[in-house]
Amino acid sequence: MAGWTEHKGKAVVLAVSNIDTDQLIPARFMSASRDNGYGDFLLYDVRRDAEGELMPDFPLNTNADASILIAGRNFGSGSSREAAVYALVDAGFQVVVATSFGDIFLNNAVNNGLLPAILSEADFKKLTEVADNGSDIRIDLDSRSIITNGHEINFAIDESHRIKLINGWDDIDLTLALNQKIDEFKRSRKITATWTRPQAVI
Amino acid sequence: MSAPRTLLDKVWDELEILKRDDGVSLLWGDRHLVHEGSHHAFAKLANRELKVAAPDLTFAIVDHYAPTQGRQKIENPQIAQMIDRLRNNAAQHGIRIFDLTDPQQGIVHVVGPEQGLTLPGLLINCGDSHTSTHGAFGALAFGIGATEVAHVLATQTIWQKKPPVIRIVVDGNLGPGVSAKDIALNWIAENGADGARGCAVEFAGSTIENLSMEGRMTLCNLSIEGGARFGMIAPDRVTFDYLKDRPFSPKGAEWEAATAHWSGLVSDEGAEFASVHHFSAERITPTVTWGTSPEQALPVDAMIPDPDALDTDKASAARKALQYMGLEPGRPLMGTPVDQVFIGSCTNGRIEDLRAAAAVLEGRKAKVPGLVSPGSTSVKTQAEEEGLDRVFRAAGLSWADSGCSMCVGMNGDLVGAQKRCASSTNRNFRGRQGRGARTHLMSPAMVAAAAVTGTISDVRPLLQDRAA
Repeated sequence: MAGWTEHKGKAVVLAVSNIDTDQLIPARFMSASRDNGYGDFLLYDVRRDAEGELMPDFPLNTNADASILIAGRNFGSGSSREAAVYALVDAGFQVVVATSFGDIFLNNAVNNGLLPAILSEADFKKLTEVADNGSDIRIDLDSRSIITNGHEINFAIDESHRIKLINGWDDIDLTLALNQKIDEFKRSRKITATWTRPQAVI
Repeated sequence: MSAPRTLLDKVWDELEILKRDDGVSLLWGDRHLVHEGSHHAFAKLANRELKVAAPDLTFAIVDHYAPTQGRQKIENPQIAQMIDRLRNNAAQHGIRIFDLTDPQQGIVHVVGPEQGLTLPGLLINCGDSHTSTHGAFGALAFGIGATEVAHVLATQTIWQKKPPVIRIVVDGNLGPGVSAKDIALNWIAENGADGARGCAVEFAGSTIENLSMEGRMTLCNLSIEGGARFGMIAPDRVTFDYLKDRPFSPKGAEWEAATAHWSGLVSDEGAEFASVHHFSAERITPTVTWGTSPEQALPVDAMIPDPDALDTDKASAARKALQYMGLEPGRPLMGTPVDQVFIGSCTNGRIEDLRAAAAVLEGRKAKVPGLVSPGSTSVKTQAEEEGLDRVFRAAGLSWADSGCSMCVGMNGDLVGAQKRCASSTNRNFRGRQGRGARTHLMSPAMVAAAAVTGTISDVRPLLQDRAA
């Protein structure tokens, strides 16, 4: 995964609360391989009418080049499906701005280079006043800021998440390097907490 | 003397391999449960030519795509492929699989506890948000995404920052027809679907102590719907009695050592919590969701809320939800006609849930069609031994095999567009049970009441003439 510190892109606003992972990608698409991309599945049922046609007035459909999604409270709550993040990333998104996120979604996002930028209610209100669909926005991970139309708004992010996004770190490589410590722990747990091992099936 | 510690502190301390300067800990994984949906993670492993670090601590279960009817010959090639992929990955890495025809197959969060794979003090991960269920045993259990599943497969560890703990204390006696599901929906309605965001939740109090393991699992299962990272309950005699002699539980001297250790897994007197919330069991009544988030829940005898009377943020969400749900504000929730019912899922598919539903349905006919999918094949067998299947069938409901089924619809068990379903599941999200499907979450007994009356109904009058 490539690290990044700055992103410039266009905004799209979907300021509704509780956009859950079932909405972000309906379960029926999750058996697909990632090879062909998950972008088309993003908010599939939300952005289409009963006939399956894209609704012309839906913000995501009229701002297909957007890479910064401004959404409401509790974004990405629900299922642990990382496919919700794949759908966003494959549709070209690099940033989601919201007042809160589902916990599992936060980790999934960061593991795929997608920034979950958290704003206070007041700052969120300010952002939606100065930015709209199609607005040019610059995101700076170093200064934790959202810059648009001459305004600068700071966002919150867990420091470990910020560092990970900047460095594009891969956890597996980091952890495998700690192999010796893990082995020591494993051996000790085997001896001191024998009951933690699953007993053989009788 | 060391400072008083919470249940989470104690479990965490035993699992922590190391802690980085930024406060993130590397934790040892005692159990890793995988299912058909874990294919992305296995693909990541294959790409890097990595092996599963601890196949003996990894268990594969067919549940998300498991057909609940006609599983001997799977017609849908996509579903067959998903299940085959899991079989192949399990075989390749030497992982024990609970396959479709295994008498121990079922939903991962029902099977883990019932097989004794879930134990107090363990770290349990699974690529499924309802992994929080296992916290009912005093385990540290949480759902993870595919990247983290791959990480656990490759290293048998997980990076995690210890969250603050919110304590939910419930005291008093639950009334007849009121269950753990109602406690959970009340808590979520009051604190919001993100009320416990970034936190662990510990449930305590006399009501929780008096809950069976089934009830405790329902509660911890739904802790994720209140936004919690983990839900936990201190293990006690009820926990030990449930786990004794399960296939994978410790035996003999190991069992003695284990229970002695587990008895210490309780929050110390004076341990610090981020906040403490008190609920009175007597004030909890049968509860039903009316909207598209679990926080949109009300007592069954309430009126459908008027968005104009709510705060701005909630008003717009309520307006959209009512439109999707096809409901009119200001009318009673009770009496709303339903098209079908579903009883099952990792939330409410256990034997006690089936008993509670059957107690209402016995000798009665359902006015609408419905599906009953036991949480596991073992639960199914036990229910059949108790004659519960005959009660469901006699009432006109379908008695099916075990899997995630209509809770998430991946196996093709779907609710039609604009169809209203009274459901014992965990999410009333838009499209969760099928595109345009209208889900009302409630307890299994309340689902049974909806089946009998064909409308959203209070189960309590239906229980008056019988022992529940």
